[in-house]
Parts: sequence; structure tokens; C-alpha cells
Amino acid sequence: MNWSERDRTADGDVGCPVSLYLHFPFCVQKCRYCDFLSGPADEAVRKRYLRALEREVLLSAEDRSPLSVDTLFFGGGTPSLMSGEELEHLMKLLRESFRILPDAEITMECNPGTVDREKLADFRRAGVNRLSIGVQSFRDEELRLLGRIHTAGEAERCFLDARAAGFDNISLDLIGALPGQSSAQWMESLREAVRLSPEHISAYSLILEDGTPLKEEADAGKLLPVPEEELDRKMYHDTKTFLAQHGYHRYEISNYARSGFESRHNSGYWTGHPYLGFGIGAASYFGNRRWSHTRSLVRYLELLEEKSGGQSSSGPDAFGKRKGGLAGVRQEVPNGLYEEEELLDEKDRMAEFMFLGLRRMQGVSEEEFEKRFGEKMESVYGPVLRRYQALHMLERKAGRVFLTDAGIDVSNAVMADFLPD
Amino acid sequence: MEQTVDNSQEAQKRIRNFCIVAHIDHGKSTLADRMIEMTGVLTEREMKEQVLDNIDVERERGITIKSQAVRLIYHADDGQEYTFNLIDTPGHVDFNYEVSRSLAACDGAILVVDATQGIQAQTLANVYLAMEHNLDVFPVINKVDLPSARPEEVKQEIEDVIGIEALDAPEISAKNGLNIKEVLEDVVKKIPAPVGNIDAPLKSLIFDSLYDSYRGVIVFIRVREGVIKKGTRVKFMATGAVEEVVEVGYFGPGQFIPCNELSAGMVGYFTASIKNIRDARVGDTVTEAENPCKEALPGYKKAQSMVFAGLYPQDTSKYPDLKDALEKFQLSDASLSYEPETSLALGFGFRCGFLGLLHMEVVLERLEREYDLDIISTAPGVVYHVYKTDGTMISLTNPANLPDPSEIEHMEEPIVSAEIMVTTEYLGAIMQLCQERRGVYLSTDYIEKTRAVLKYELPLNEIIYDFFDALKSRSRGYASFDYELKGYVPSKLVKLDILVNKEPVDALSFIVHEDGAYERGRKMCEKLKDEIPRQMFEVPIQAAVGGRIIARETVRAYRKDVLAKCYGGDITRKKKLLEKQKEGKKRMQMVGNVEIPKDAFMNVLKLGDNQ
Repeated sequence: MNWSERDRTADGDVGCPVSLYLHFPFCVQKCRYCDFLSGPADEAVRKRYLRALEREVLLSAEDRSPLSVDTLFFGGGTPSLMSGEELEHLMKLLRESFRILPDAEITMECNPGTVDREKLADFRRAGVNRLSIGVQSFRDEELRLLGRIHTAGEAERCFLDARAAGFDNISLDLIGALPGQSSAQWMESLREAVRLSPEHISAYSLILEDGTPLKEEADAGKLLPVPEEELDRKMYHDTKTFLAQHGYHRYEISNYARSGFESRHNSGYWTGHPYLGFGIGAASYFGNRRWSHTRSLVRYLELLEEKSGGQSSSGPDAFGKRKGGLAGVRQEVPNGLYEEEELLDEKDRMAEFMFLGLRRMQGVSEEEFEKRFGEKMESVYGPVLRRYQALHMLERKAGRVFLTDAGIDVSNAVMADFLPD
Repeated sequence: MEQTVDNSQEAQKRIRNFCIVAHIDHGKSTLADRMIEMTGVLTEREMKEQVLDNIDVERERGITIKSQAVRLIYHADDGQEYTFNLIDTPGHVDFNYEVSRSLAACDGAILVVDATQGIQAQTLANVYLAMEHNLDVFPVINKVDLPSARPEEVKQEIEDVIGIEALDAPEISAKNGLNIKEVLEDVVKKIPAPVGNIDAPLKSLIFDSLYDSYRGVIVFIRVREGVIKKGTRVKFMATGAVEEVVEVGYFGPGQFIPCNELSAGMVGYFTASIKNIRDARVGDTVTEAENPCKEALPGYKKAQSMVFAGLYPQDTSKYPDLKDALEKFQLSDASLSYEPETSLALGFGFRCGFLGLLHMEVVLERLEREYDLDIISTAPGVVYHVYKTDGTMISLTNPANLPDPSEIEHMEEPIVSAEIMVTTEYLGAIMQLCQERRGVYLSTDYIEKTRAVLKYELPLNEIIYDFFDALKSRSRGYASFDYELKGYVPSKLVKLDILVNKEPVDALSFIVHEDGAYERGRKMCEKLKDEIPRQMFEVPIQAAVGGRIIARETVRAYRKDVLAKCYGGDITRKKKLLEKQKEGKKRMQMVGNVEIPKDAFMNVLKLGDNQ
């Protein structure tokens, strides 16, 4: 495949920019609710991983006509564990491998207790222009329950340091619906967040995931119950109202922003924007394919560490060429790095267009649908749309289809009906 | 390998066609097993427990449903070799019709009575049925090995209550094989040999049939006159169908054994490449096409469907499969009737008629097991007579077809006369149960000091749900029960509708007496509330009579995992979650906008009045 082929399969204009996601799986200590691919590791392993990550970037990038990048996201784990120099090195490599656009949104997830003002200034200088601070709660009792390493005070300190370091686009992450949490307690965290006046707030509900200590304790009856569904819903509605009063509009099911500060990177996930992931467990979407990286750190290091300390390509035995490689991406990543590769057919893409797009409050555009798929949304999803319209869960207005508040409450059930049979 | 059988008129004298009748659990099947063993047809190794009950369902429930026959060879004390055709009969009250067909093939019956329990309700019912068929009945006292056995009293009871000679009845233990020889000798001495002219034109009665996918319909017959053999062109007198016999044979234990011919007095089967199962109706007379007998044999008491319910395939695309299964099923169980119907909630299905609720359960289980179908059934109901203001009357089997109340002059419901045999200590509890079920007390007759027969008139719709269970639980298993349809009486009946999200679910509608409507409605709503998972919106569940809401429950809405974080663009994980949700939806039946698990209907319908 070549560039012109990519133009037909990917969904943008020639040279359509992509997003990049870099996964940094390490943290100081695993939070008690977290089932994501992350965990503590010593300095040496972190350094090896970063070297492997850089090598993956190097191997993947197209050297003749580098892809344009409009958003870049350092996720984790706790990417803010990296030192200023490490990030700078990584950014330098990324700029050499991709054409990072001047107005690119470059976000880093940052956990209080891992940064000071100086380090934050280093990050800012290296190019990071948006911080997503994992506050989760402004109540120490709740932070302890979640197994966070910081207090509410330290979170506030972190925010102020970030401001002082020059960050003018900051998001705060909050988690609600905690065991035993009352509506008033949740509002307390929200009020604190608003008082700091960030540009963006994400508010999720706690999901007790299998295999996490919190879930085990809940199952063993050692925790207070999580809020009943009715209360959870009330808290969600109150959140929307309260944040709206303070100038944050809900633009996605769990995300609120001051106008103009909606996360471009996350919005890309919901609109079919192509993205390339790097690092263990990272997901990619490019050229109608979705794939993800091996979730094994050991394997990742094994595949990407140079065996003989020499060339980047040490022969087909160690680095077999990928079959049916990815257009626009150099084809020299080692076999076994990617897994769960999925080629989306038209039906899949239509379904994704719908259920991902519906996460956004502005919903999906009927015109855009027709432009992409050559079919009317009505002719593909007419019955489903009408069914949920009748239930006042979907609304159709001015050429757009979007979830109502009632629809958001049960959005998974609505979205599931857009999946192909 | 075909066997040659001596079919002379002389040989006829050494044939005995008989059945065993008993109250449930009095040991009928065990006795049959012992007789098969004693006649040496089977080696001990081949002997399966209860050879005659070869249908899975029967084995589990410990009752015999489908009548079966087995031919045994017995060397009697008089030095002669006798051919026994033992025809098995169902013991349960629901299956009177099947008992009838089996009896029609017999000349006599062994009455098995439990030495510890004595005469029970079905003992009487079955004996009377046998006598109606002019069978010679002789009693056998079983379970004499048990410490609580009282054979002398039971013999006296049989003489007093039934009025047949019982003082010389064999005292046996079928379980331990005690005195079985006496029973076999009694069969020779007390059961008459068949009569019937071998040289007359063929005249035989179909008493059962079976569908086999290779051989077509296997027709079970009792030959009354004449001879049937391979190549005979037979005519089915009721349908007029003519077929050429491919094979004749008799019943080995659990298998068909071909022979050269069957003559007057014999019991056996034939096949004739009969593909249309309706051509071989149970009860019909089979004769020769070229030389027919003058008149058909009288059939026998035709089955009366007492309980009706709609059966629907869970997977609506399986409708043709269900139709096919019912067709085949009806061949071996003529007491099952069905006709197509449509339900808004369940799609296309059939309104089926059953002999009773147990019969219904057995049919359902067998359809699911033997035909690999998942079936939803509606609430079982009885046949109501609806007299309309225009002077016409309709027999209502489906509540959905109830005319508008303004067109109804009055309604009548079927009443049965029930006989309940119970030990006196539970008399009060059982009488109370009958009162609760709108029973009208008729009499109490004491069989002995501690046992009585209670006679009641009961509305049939009060006993089809869980009356047996209630009876057993309130008498600690000591009560036995039999009933007979008596007729129709006017009654204040109403249609109870169940509404889910304000939409009536036709599958759950039923006719109920006015006084019981509230209680039933309330219980249905409660039960349904537990069966319906939380939906995307609040779902009211209501019970209504004629548009008036009499009970209500609410299923609250859910919002599961909606606000979960989607890490690092892992859309695939999100998609898997949605796919799981979608899979879950497939197990649901859409009623209006509400998703109801498919087994919810059956679970709700199992609701006992007594809970």
C-alpha cells in the first residue's frame, strides 16, 4: 500500500493528521480501583521501557513523508513519573519521526505527588501544553479508600504549581459514586474543583472491576455499598447542572469544559479520527484497522530491545516483517508486538460512527454519515432511531442525532443496538 | 430375522392379553419387570430397571405415560406354553384416555394394591375403567414385605369396596420377587383367552402408534378377527386410506420383533410406509382392502382436552419445527390436540389441549427434550362456555378471544366431581383446601375407621394449577385424588390482564373467578417484577380486570457502567462491553419496548396459588 491507497481507506483528506498515544505503564503504587495496564517498577525497568518505546516510535515512523500529528497524549500509569530530561528526549524523537503541527494539543496525565513546579516547567518547555491531573477526589478519606498516594491538599498544590509553570489548559479528573459516598460529599469535590477554575473537568463513576482490591473488599462485604442507581443518576444530573452554572458545558458523557477547551485528543476517539498508540497495551486505529499492543511488559521489552546492540533491523529472524502492513506506517515493527488486530468493514464503521459519536453531546451528523458511507442514516438505522426517539432517548434536530439526558442514563443499552448483528 | 408363529385357532387359547392397573406408586412397573424376568425373555444383564418405562421423562418422574406392550412366553404348571401380551398403562388420573386405549387391547387386568396403603383414589378409577371395558380383573397384594403391610385388611377392603373376589389374591413383593409365580399362574387361570374367528375378514383395533423416521408410522394393533401379514393391503376404516403392509411383528422388551403374521387374538404391530401420520388414527379399525369386515369396532371413550395453553417456540423462526414436532407427537399421543394461534407477545404458536396439567408438563418436557425445542407456554386454562347476547355460545379456549363484555350474556365454567381419599386426621385440612378452591361439599364416606372418601364438586380451573401439590402438602402425601368432568355451571368469571409498561401481554391473560382476581393479579405482578430485569426506563407492571387496574408493581430503571472511563482510546474494550450487552438482549423477548427474559413467562406461570 502507499499514500494514495491510504487516502481511500482512511477517512480524511490527503495528509490528514493523526493522533498519537504513548503509554507509560508505571506508577508509584497501584490504586485500589485500577484495573488498567499499570503498576510500580524500579528505575532500571522504567528506563529500559522508555528506550524500547522510543525504538518503537523510530521503527514505526515513515521516514520519507512523516505523518502530521494534531494531538499527542501521554497516558498511563503515571507518565508524570518521567523526568524532565526523559520527556524532552522522547519529544525530540517524536518531532523527528512525525510532523507535529504547531497548534497540536499535547496532553500529559499527571498525578499529584509525582511532580514539583520545576519538573512541570520542564514538561511545559518540552512542548506539553495540556495537563490532565488525576485528582479523583478532594476528600482525603476518599483518596485513602481509592489508594491514591496524595492528599487533597497535595492535589491543589499540584494544580497551582502547574499554573505557575505556565499551563493554561488544565483538566481535573474526578471519580464519583464511591462506596458510601453521599451526594453532598460528591458535591464537595466538585465545588473544590470549580474553585480552582481549571479549563476542563472529567467526572467518571467508579466501576468496581474484577480483580481489583476494592472489588474484592466490596464482594466480601467490607465496604459500604456504592450509591444506588437512583442516587448515582441524581449525582450525575446534579454534576451537569452545577458545572453548567460555573461555565463548564458537558460536551461528552463524562467530560465538561469551558468553551474552546474541549479535549481534542479524546474527541478524536469518538469521531473516527485515526490514532497510533505506542507502548504496551496501547490501542491504534488507522486505515480502517484497530489493533492493540501486547499487554506483556516482558514481551514488549524482548521484542524491542536490540539483541546485538547494533542495527535497528537485525534480520527477519528477530524482526520478521509484518504481513499486510499498515499504509503510512513503516513496516518494521517486530512480529508479536501487535495483537487483536481487527479490520473494520463498512457495517463496523457505521456502528462505530454511531455509538462513539453518540458519546458526544452534539451527537452525530446525518450529512456526515451519508458522506462517509454513501447511505442515509435513516435507511441503515431507521427503526432503531425511531424506537429511541419514541422513548425520548434520542433526539433528531437540524441534521444531527444525539442522546437526551434520559438516553445518556442508559446510553450503553442504546448504543448496543447500533452494533451489527 | 422373522419368526414363525403358530396362528391356529387352537393356539389362540394360549394367548393372554392383559394389563396391570394400580394407583400411582403401588408397584405396577416393578411387577411388570419381575414378570418379564420370570418368563425368561430377558437375561438379568439385559434387564434395565423398569423395562417398560423407556421414555426419559417417565423414568425421572417415576410414572408411566406412554402405553407400551411386551410379549412374553410363559411355561405354565399345566405344561403348556402361553403367550402373554402385557400392555402397560399410565397410572395418573390425567391419562384416563390412554388407559382406555390400552384397555381396549386387553381381555383382563391385574389390579395391584399396596398392602400398606390399601385402595386409593386411582385404584378405584382404574378398576372402574377396566370394568367398563368388560375386562376380568383379579387383584394382587403388593409390598407384603413391608412391616406396615396389612394384606388381610386390604383384601377385605377390595371385596367390600370394589366387590371382586380378593381373599385368594397373591401376596407378593414385586421388589423382592416374592410369589410372582402365583401371579403368572393367575394370569393363565383368571384371564380369559381371546376369542375371534381367524378365518373371518381382518378386523383389528389401533390402540397406539409411533412415528419412526425410517419405517414411517408403526401401528400398534389388537387383532380381533382374521389375519394380517406382510403384503396384506389394509384399509383404515375411519380415514379410508389403503396401504400395503411391509412388516408385522410383536413387542419384544424394548424392541420390535418381526414375525410372519398376526392373527385373531394377537397383539402386535405393523408398518406400511405410512407417511401421513393422520392416516393411522388411534381407535380406528384396520381391515383388508379387498375383503373388508362389515363394520368397524366401536372405538372407545375419546379423550377430552381439559386444559388448554398456547405453546410458542422461543426462537420464532422455529415455528415450522414446533408444528412438525406436534404432528409427530400427536401420533403417539392422540390425547394432545392443537391448532395454530398468534400472540402479540410471543408470535406464532399453537393452542394446545391437554388431559390435565401433568399431561401438559409431560408434553412440554418431551417436546423440548425429544425435539430439541425451547418452548414458551402461556397460562394454562380450561374451556369456558361463553353465552352471547345474540343467543350463540362459544367454547373459549384462549382468553384472548373473549368477546367484549357488552356482548356477553353469561359465562359457564367446567365443574368436576372429585373424590379425595384421605386419612381422617387430614380431613379438616383437605376440606379447607376444597373450600378455598370454591368447592361444593357433597359427602364423606368412610372406607374404614381412619380413612374416608371426600366428595366435592370443584371448578376445574381451580385444580389445574397446583391442586395436586396443595393436596399432597396438606395431607403429608396421604391424600389421593381423582376427578371426572361433570358439566358446566354459570359462574362470575372475569378476564385478568397483565400489562407491562401499559401494554397488555396476551400470553399472561387468563380467566379467573371474580373473587380470586385481586389475589391472582397481585401475585402475578409481584412475580413478574422479580422476573423482569431493570430496563432503560421505569416499567409499571399492572393487573387489570376490564380496564380497571387492581394491582401494580414497578421495575425501576438502571444505568449500568454508563460513566465508565474509556482508557487510552481502547474502543475495542468498549465495543466488547456493548456486544455483551447486545447478546443479553437476544435472550429477551420484546413486549412493547420492554425486554423480558424468555423464561420469565414460564416462571410466572408456575406461580402456585398457595404461595
